[in-house]
Amino acid sequence: MSKTDIIRLVEEQFVQTKDFPDFSAGDTITVFNKIVEGSKERIQQFQGVVIQRSGTGTTETFTVRKISGGVGVERIFPISSPFIEKIEVNRRGVVRRARIFYLRNLTGKKARIKEKRF
Amino acid sequence: MSGLIGKKIGMTSIYDASGKNIPCTIIEAGPCVVTQIKTLEKDNYEAIQLAFDDKKEKNTTKPMMGHFKKAGTTPKRIVMEFSRFEEDRRKGFGETVDVTIFHEGEFVDVSGTSKGKGFQGVMRRHGYSGVGETTHGHNGVKRSTGSIGQSSTPAKLFKGKKMAGQMGNKTVMMINLEVLKIMPEQNLLVVKGSVPGANGSYLKIERWS
Repeated sequence: MSKTDIIRLVEEQFVQTKDFPDFSAGDTITVFNKIVEGSKERIQQFQGVVIQRSGTGTTETFTVRKISGGVGVERIFPISSPFIEKIEVNRRGVVRRARIFYLRNLTGKKARIKEKRF
Repeated sequence: MSGLIGKKIGMTSIYDASGKNIPCTIIEAGPCVVTQIKTLEKDNYEAIQLAFDDKKEKNTTKPMMGHFKKAGTTPKRIVMEFSRFEEDRRKGFGETVDVTIFHEGEFVDVSGTSKGKGFQGVMRRHGYSGVGETTHGHNGVKRSTGSIGQSSTPAKLFKGKKMAGQMGNKTVMMINLEVLKIMPEQNLLVVKGSVPGANGSYLKIERWS
């Protein structure tokens, strides 16, 4: 058994994989994130553009960027985090890169992403 | 004490019951063969010698080959001694010790050879801040150690003064790592946190009761 096979085997023992829709950089998604405050639980939504997916297997993460009150906010979510309830894909975007960091330097009309037509 | 020889496979992260992300290391631990039992009468101290990881017979020296043949096993790469092995986890001469000697939730100490960094200066090796600035007449002192002592009293350098030198490539022990899981079919041991050395390097895993 190779090194990667062994690591995958161990990850399968601990982490439950969830069925999320396929999404990639450029898509606008809503992440339903569970927040525990003391004994209370509530769901917080975070809507924005996916600017990258990074890593492999259960340690994969994705970064979502949104503009909140004129300030850019980015959040990194681990894809196998037990706190993510649901992911909704709102809009599929056309981008030429897997990591669209150039979006950070653009504002207003320039920061638009063309919608994918099928 | 009980112990085992292992091989570092790599690191990953898992989630515990409360959803916390925990870094962990996967170790291929054992199976090890008892190749010698040292006794108080014969060797003046008590220890058990374990051997781990097969190698080819043509790469083994004749004296070592004889040593392994006596224990009735194939030649192994690594031979280590473990002192004061516990009675209930002890195995006889020529028998196999595997990962089941550890239990989930126990704490183990893992030692190995750390990654070598070569000859390093004081900033990287000991976290010194360096001296001075890049301009304003400062020349060749930016990453230097600065003063290393006092004046005519004590007129000497104290032993153990931190200076530049070899960094890494020495034996390091990580103590009290929690055993998160044992997988006896695959001879795997998953411990919380990191262990010294590169992936594929050999480790000594010990548990003190």
